[in-house]
Amino acid sequence: MDTQSYLSVQPGVGMEENFLSLDDILLSHEKLPIRTECTFPRLGFLEKSSDSQDITEGTKMELPVWLSKGLYEKKRRVLSVETPKVYREGWRTVFNADPNVVNLHKMGPYYYGLGSQMLHFDSPENPEIAQTLLQTFIGRFRRIMDSSQNAYNEDTSVLVEHLDCLEKTLFRSGQSGLNGFQSWEKGQASQLTASSLVLNYRKRKMTDAQP
Amino acid sequence: MFCEKAIELIRELQRMSDGQLPAFNEDGLRQVLQEMEALYEQNQTDVNEAKADGRADLIPSIKLRHCCLLRNQRCVTAYLYDRLLRIRALRWEYGSVLPPNVRFHMCAEEVQWFSQYKKSLASFMRSLGGGEGLDITQDMKPPKSLYIEVRCLKDHGEFEIDDGTVILLKKNSQHFLPRWKCEQLIRQGVLEHVMS
Repeated sequence: MDTQSYLSVQPGVGMEENFLSLDDILLSHEKLPIRTECTFPRLGFLEKSSDSQDITEGTKMELPVWLSKGLYEKKRRVLSVETPKVYREGWRTVFNADPNVVNLHKMGPYYYGLGSQMLHFDSPENPEIAQTLLQTFIGRFRRIMDSSQNAYNEDTSVLVEHLDCLEKTLFRSGQSGLNGFQSWEKGQASQLTASSLVLNYRKRKMTDAQP
Repeated sequence: MFCEKAIELIRELQRMSDGQLPAFNEDGLRQVLQEMEALYEQNQTDVNEAKADGRADLIPSIKLRHCCLLRNQRCVTAYLYDRLLRIRALRWEYGSVLPPNVRFHMCAEEVQWFSQYKKSLASFMRSLGGGEGLDITQDMKPPKSLYIEVRCLKDHGEFEIDDGTVILLKKNSQHFLPRWKCEQLIRQGVLEHVMS
């Protein structure tokens, strides 16, 4: 197992975000369908479908999670957030029936992350959304653990293509553990190796040098 | 929408998830700071108007621009911080002398940070072991023997070991050397540890 020197900031747990986590920043960039509950003067240019100078009250548009969270107020005087399709009742029934068949990568790569952030906007469906997120994860976890612990030295693209980002991180963790164990079993654990970072830099230098 | 340039900076780093350092995006950073200046100035104007003319209806827009300012600040801070984490990793993987192609990707302040980090690490290491010092960048894997067999992967010239003997590291030559002398060269890919 290669020693890990680059320790990036991990994403937050549940509804929390980590300020410096690259994953959390990208996740909060996802767009949400919202409806304005007041006017936003002089910002009409943000809304492509109309030519007016202001964003009028009652406009339906898409805003990123970070902006929706920043503007949202409990009494809903600024904007109201619609639950995206994936977290609504229709899809929730599918997830509850069999979570393993769903392609979570296609349903927006940050299914769990975005779902957790949705809980900040007091929708009456929040308890059901939270429950579905949890049950989906529990339902899929076993398969991810099994496949990551048994796919040694093979092409794993088919195994990961239906996973969302959180699950992909888990899968990579499992693979890293598996590879470490296998190398220890082969007696390679005591072999000093070149740093993978150094090798990657060298590979990149070669491709940079090519015309 | 605002803050598009800022998220591009983050994506640049996310693309290199193995910890490599991309070139310092001075242009991108400047564009984000310019956007922040523009947002701030618009907000100043609106705030003054809101106070002078009692235009409370301007407040939602002021709040929106403020969110954008905070977002840009977050992206820039995370960008700079993640780069420092990658640069820190370079000390542990490469050693204290960085190859020029890597140093080329760092801005002047980052080069300075690296040299200060090196100094901090060195003084920390010197203080260990009751003042005798301990190189903690060595023995990253538990050692099994004092001497190891290594093969040279590329020409590296002359190499002096502790008793004064000089070894010529020529490509494909094999040597039996003290582990602590070789560790860094193996990590840099110059030597290869041969297991019998």
